[in-house]
Amino acid sequence: MPALPPEIIASNVADIVAPTPSMPRFHRSDPRTRRLIYQGAFFLVLLAAGFYFGSNAAANIARRGLELGFAFLGRTANFAIGETIISYSPADSYGRALLVGAANTLMVAIVGCVLTTVLGVALGILRLSTNPLLARLVGTYVELGRNIPLLLQLFFWYSLVTRLGGARDAWSPLPGVFVSNRGLRAPTIVANDAFAYALGALVLAIVLCVIVKRWAELRQAATGKRPPVLAVMLAVLGGLPILGGLASGGSLALDYPQLQGFNFTGGMALSPEFVALLTGLTLYTTAFVTEIVRTGIQAVPHGQWEASRALGLSSGRIMRLVILPQAMRVIIPPLTSQYLNLTKNSSLAVAIGYPDLISISGTVINQTGQALEVIFIFMAIYLAISLATSAGMNLLNNRLGLR
Amino acid sequence: MSAVFAPSTMITSTFAVRLRVRALGLAKVLFGTWLNGAITIICIALVGWLCWHAYVWAWRDAAFSGNSTQCRAAGGACWAFIRAKLAFTIYGVYPFEERWRAAIAMAIFAAMIGISFVPRFWHARLLAMWIVALALAFMLLRGGIAELEIVPMRNWSGMIVTIWLAVLSLAFSYPVGLALALGRTSELTLIRYLSIGWIETVRGVPLISILFVASIVFPLFMPEGLEVDNLVRAQVAFTAFGSAYLAEVFRAGLQAIPAGQYEAASALGLGYWRTMLLIVMPQALKLVIPPQVNTFIAIFKDTTLILVIGVFDFLGAIKAMLSDTDWLGFATEAYVFAAAIYFVICSGMSAYSKYLERELSPEKNR
Repeated sequence: MPALPPEIIASNVADIVAPTPSMPRFHRSDPRTRRLIYQGAFFLVLLAAGFYFGSNAAANIARRGLELGFAFLGRTANFAIGETIISYSPADSYGRALLVGAANTLMVAIVGCVLTTVLGVALGILRLSTNPLLARLVGTYVELGRNIPLLLQLFFWYSLVTRLGGARDAWSPLPGVFVSNRGLRAPTIVANDAFAYALGALVLAIVLCVIVKRWAELRQAATGKRPPVLAVMLAVLGGLPILGGLASGGSLALDYPQLQGFNFTGGMALSPEFVALLTGLTLYTTAFVTEIVRTGIQAVPHGQWEASRALGLSSGRIMRLVILPQAMRVIIPPLTSQYLNLTKNSSLAVAIGYPDLISISGTVINQTGQALEVIFIFMAIYLAISLATSAGMNLLNNRLGLR
Repeated sequence: MSAVFAPSTMITSTFAVRLRVRALGLAKVLFGTWLNGAITIICIALVGWLCWHAYVWAWRDAAFSGNSTQCRAAGGACWAFIRAKLAFTIYGVYPFEERWRAAIAMAIFAAMIGISFVPRFWHARLLAMWIVALALAFMLLRGGIAELEIVPMRNWSGMIVTIWLAVLSLAFSYPVGLALALGRTSELTLIRYLSIGWIETVRGVPLISILFVASIVFPLFMPEGLEVDNLVRAQVAFTAFGSAYLAEVFRAGLQAIPAGQYEAASALGLGYWRTMLLIVMPQALKLVIPPQVNTFIAIFKDTTLILVIGVFDFLGAIKAMLSDTDWLGFATEAYVFAAAIYFVICSGMSAYSKYLERELSPEKNR
């Protein structure tokens, strides 16, 4: 029996079953041909469905007198937006209005992700506390947060914020910070010369810190002793900006919120909608992140704790230097999907009246009737944000992974 | 005499010893170090403060009956408000004389859901029963047969809509999700890329935007003169949404099946569909039951979002009863009540998922 030619040995099972030399290339029992037929049939069905719905849409659009195209983006919007982080007036275009919405969505998403990460890591560690009372308390919060719909939580926080006292009897947890049914007001730093000098000095301090840290690492590697980095870094970070501010000859000034009539002027203002949305989103997502951090820490083998203790590390340093860096590898993929969830969930803003991308898109659709185009735009923006977040987190994950 | 008492004293003493050891252990855990002691005291103070205020608000000063004036006089929670509106949260604006129909439909759903929770009943017959139950519930709710008055879908509201939407979303999402998962793992390039594109697009955008599409764009693609009810549009949106998420859960299950299973099936001469239906699916679906339940919980919580396109579900009824001028200013009571209902349902499902995980993998616990 002659040996099989190598190309037949190398080919996969599907190819061995079908073509014998006597069979023509496109015979119907050739699996490759069958695949082509199935896909062709599927494609035709899809095409027919597309044509049917497309012609319906074309007829409906013609009947309603709509005009497809993105020309409306340049027209004047003529509606006001309650709060914007990039400048906007009703005289601006629809395109600008949508941009404002996207910026507002990004603002909530970024602030929310940062707060959620900080709170989630802290609570995830506390959830594993040896103190059963503390662990149970955090556990109760996690269960409540995860099992109540976010929309309901948002309604609750919004009703709570709007039922606070008016500006005249605002609650002031810190001097200069006021919480009332007008939202949150906090002092801001006035951008004068002293501020510019201090900012410059801060940048310098950060650069110095990086250098000091690097030097300390080299020193530790060479001598086995670690120079007191933390104290030096704190001194540099705190001292240099103050020196910089003094060197400018001026003084730093704070813009305090002032009560005028029924509202505050000056300082930084966060609207009640923003405060409610941020609180709700953060507390909801943190419940999930807490569990992710907990499982991440538990995934680190127990021997790591014991080995670190044997080396004489304190429990804070064990967590920071040994456990968390390893737990990060388990934590980051699910954390990424929580960031994406938070970003997508920020669209619930529409229910409490914060002008996010979806809520502004709704207004634009109502005014222009260009539903298809606007929906295309906001879906593209959300997909872009999702893809960018995933790409960034994948990069981080690859850097933290085992090498 | 002493012989009679001896065992009893022994039991008492071992019990006492055990109690002492327990108490000592607990004391060590709670107050072992200065930091731990401080944490314990802060926690006790916090829990005590919360419990005391909850007790005063929800029980001691609460009004369980009466009208809004009596409620305000009581100073605490106004449970009388919830009592007055309870039927409204369940039936919404469903016609008053026809409520018995909705009640029977809900009872059918409750019975079916109860049966479906028991793994012993998971059988093809259960599927058939569900189809009959859904048809029966639909006919009862909508009417139009056997001299039942027609109640159009836009009048369905309250808890009925929440349950209806949750059940139907799952019922439709399940087969579509399976098809998408098979498509994504298929060897047919065109079908694979279309499935990936669909799944990733739906998962990449917020549910609200899909609801928007369903409520605004969907009618645009329908033939002229065909009016599609808002609730049906919402169902289309939830099917698209749920199926994309379930497809990823199923895919995880499909990928967990060893290649040897496919090869063995193919050696037995089974084709694609028989391999999938008889060999792969039964194992894959069982593997991913816990994440399936978690997806169900997420979809159930997300049914609240239909409020945004103007369908009146349980949360919609809660929102609506807040604007009753006879009962202004009791939002917290209403939200706490709604939260309690959702919490019980969702944490019940999640406890069930943990039970299933134990039940279905006895080998792990032995």
